[in-house]
Amino acid sequence: MTLLDLRLQELHNQLSKKELSVTDLVGEAFARIKEHDERVGAYLTLNEEGAHAEAARLDNKLGSDEAKGLLFGLPAGIKDNMVTEGLRTTCASQFLSNYNPIYDATVVTKLKQAETVTIGKLNMDEFAMGGSNENSSFHPVRNPWDLTRVPGGSSGGSAAAVAAGEAYFTLGSDTGGSIRQPASYCGVVGLKPTYGLVSRYGLVAFASSLDQIGPITKNVEDAAYVLQAIAGHDAKDSTSANVDIPDYVSALSGEISGLKIAVPKEYLDGIDPQVKAAVLEALRVLEGLGAEWEEVSLPHTEYAVAAYYLLASSEASSNLSRFDGVRYGVRAEQGGNLLDLYLDSRSQGFGPEVKRRIMLGTYALSSGYYDAYYLKAQKVRTLIKQDFDRTFEKYDVIIGPTAPTTAFQLGSQVDDPLTMYLNDILTIPMSLAGVPAMSVPCGFADGLPVGLQIIGKAFDESTILRVAHAYEAHTDHHKHRPSL
Amino acid sequence: MGIQVQDVEHVAKLARLKLNDEEREMFTGQLNAILQYAEKLNELDTENVEPTTHVLPLSNVMREDQVHESLSQEQVFRNAPDEEDGQFKVPAVLE
Repeated sequence: MTLLDLRLQELHNQLSKKELSVTDLVGEAFARIKEHDERVGAYLTLNEEGAHAEAARLDNKLGSDEAKGLLFGLPAGIKDNMVTEGLRTTCASQFLSNYNPIYDATVVTKLKQAETVTIGKLNMDEFAMGGSNENSSFHPVRNPWDLTRVPGGSSGGSAAAVAAGEAYFTLGSDTGGSIRQPASYCGVVGLKPTYGLVSRYGLVAFASSLDQIGPITKNVEDAAYVLQAIAGHDAKDSTSANVDIPDYVSALSGEISGLKIAVPKEYLDGIDPQVKAAVLEALRVLEGLGAEWEEVSLPHTEYAVAAYYLLASSEASSNLSRFDGVRYGVRAEQGGNLLDLYLDSRSQGFGPEVKRRIMLGTYALSSGYYDAYYLKAQKVRTLIKQDFDRTFEKYDVIIGPTAPTTAFQLGSQVDDPLTMYLNDILTIPMSLAGVPAMSVPCGFADGLPVGLQIIGKAFDESTILRVAHAYEAHTDHHKHRPSL
Repeated sequence: MGIQVQDVEHVAKLARLKLNDEEREMFTGQLNAILQYAEKLNELDTENVEPTTHVLPLSNVMREDQVHESLSQEQVFRNAPDEEDGQFKVPAVLE
């Protein structure tokens, strides 16, 4: 047992009693990173000097009223698509390999206000495009449970760091499942909040109508603490929702008697039998706690992947047009005109997955194809959202697996983007509908973690956290750690 | 409605990407597979369905028109690949 295995509340208690110092916590994290990260590859940039300086500053406050916040002094890892003032932010792209932001993303500001310590920036698929973390233009992340397998993506670094005990908690971002799927593959807890609950200001945009930041943690209680710190309206983000933020921690009552669960039959069709068995066993646990579940149909599930890739790629092609080698980022060496500068900088700066999605999006938005692809996908998005709206009229939550399989071998799908995209079939529908969803560990298949996905009504994170916490309290899957 | 190499070349030009021969070949095959899969959406009748561009009921976000301090020139150019005399430097636009 190391400090990194303790719950955030336990660490907070020990800091409050001065049984621990922030310097101890930071030192433990870097010791673990030095021991394991050469093999795992979760980090792209370490903030060792800055973190130790910050720890020394915070240690002077220990025991005072200023140190009472629940996240005070707790070190965090940040996915490398959230800008951090003075700390390199690359989006795992060669294009931004020299980018040193001049401001903080709102989530980073909020964590700083809570006086957490930033350990470093976490590896990811380039510009958050990918489901395996093999698209990082620096190096892939490896799954701590089996180093020959992927950790999932695009927040693969964020999930692997928590699983490997290289971070107390991390932030990830989710566009079509990029928090939940890696959380599932790595055996940790990942929460994608309702679209608009957490500010996207300072998140390098991939698909603006889908992107959402959320916590990746060892357990559900930690996720509630972190969500509490980062949720809330932000005037700097025009898509930020102005809603009241409840007390997520007090929602963890353990009480789910009478809760109505919908289990879509489409989510159990064609998935790995061991994954299905783990999910059905989880439903039995919830039943034992007084919940009731019924099979339902979300008939448009099978259309979600096609709609998502058209919409996300279209938005990406627009968002990534700002990368031109003029104002920031790496400019290609060339001797031509301004158009050559754009062409060379973009062609050298972006990797193949990013180019593929930019071209798919450009095609879907181009004259003559807009109605057939982009508009059609927007209409199918409506049908998918209506599936959820109808289901939530009768049920409190929807439950199913997070991914159809466990983590796959590195390199096994890298030349087949369509197969890779289909891995996200169980996380994409919630992103299109904007509803919150989380993945919690629910067992193992051949030694690899399986994730249970709990989906809620818009802005009802309290209920999915309550269900996840009740489940977690009666199982011990989340307590298992990989041996590295 | 398969796409050809010349379509990929055209899209790459619109997207300000320069592709080599190998990439042109690879992306033609991959984009064809993805677009063929996307044809699946045509199984659905969406004639009377409103498109969802956004899940939140967004309306214009207004604020007071107040003067704020802007970024300093030093901040603006901190990440610039090339600058001169307080301007981003690029190759000549007009020959």
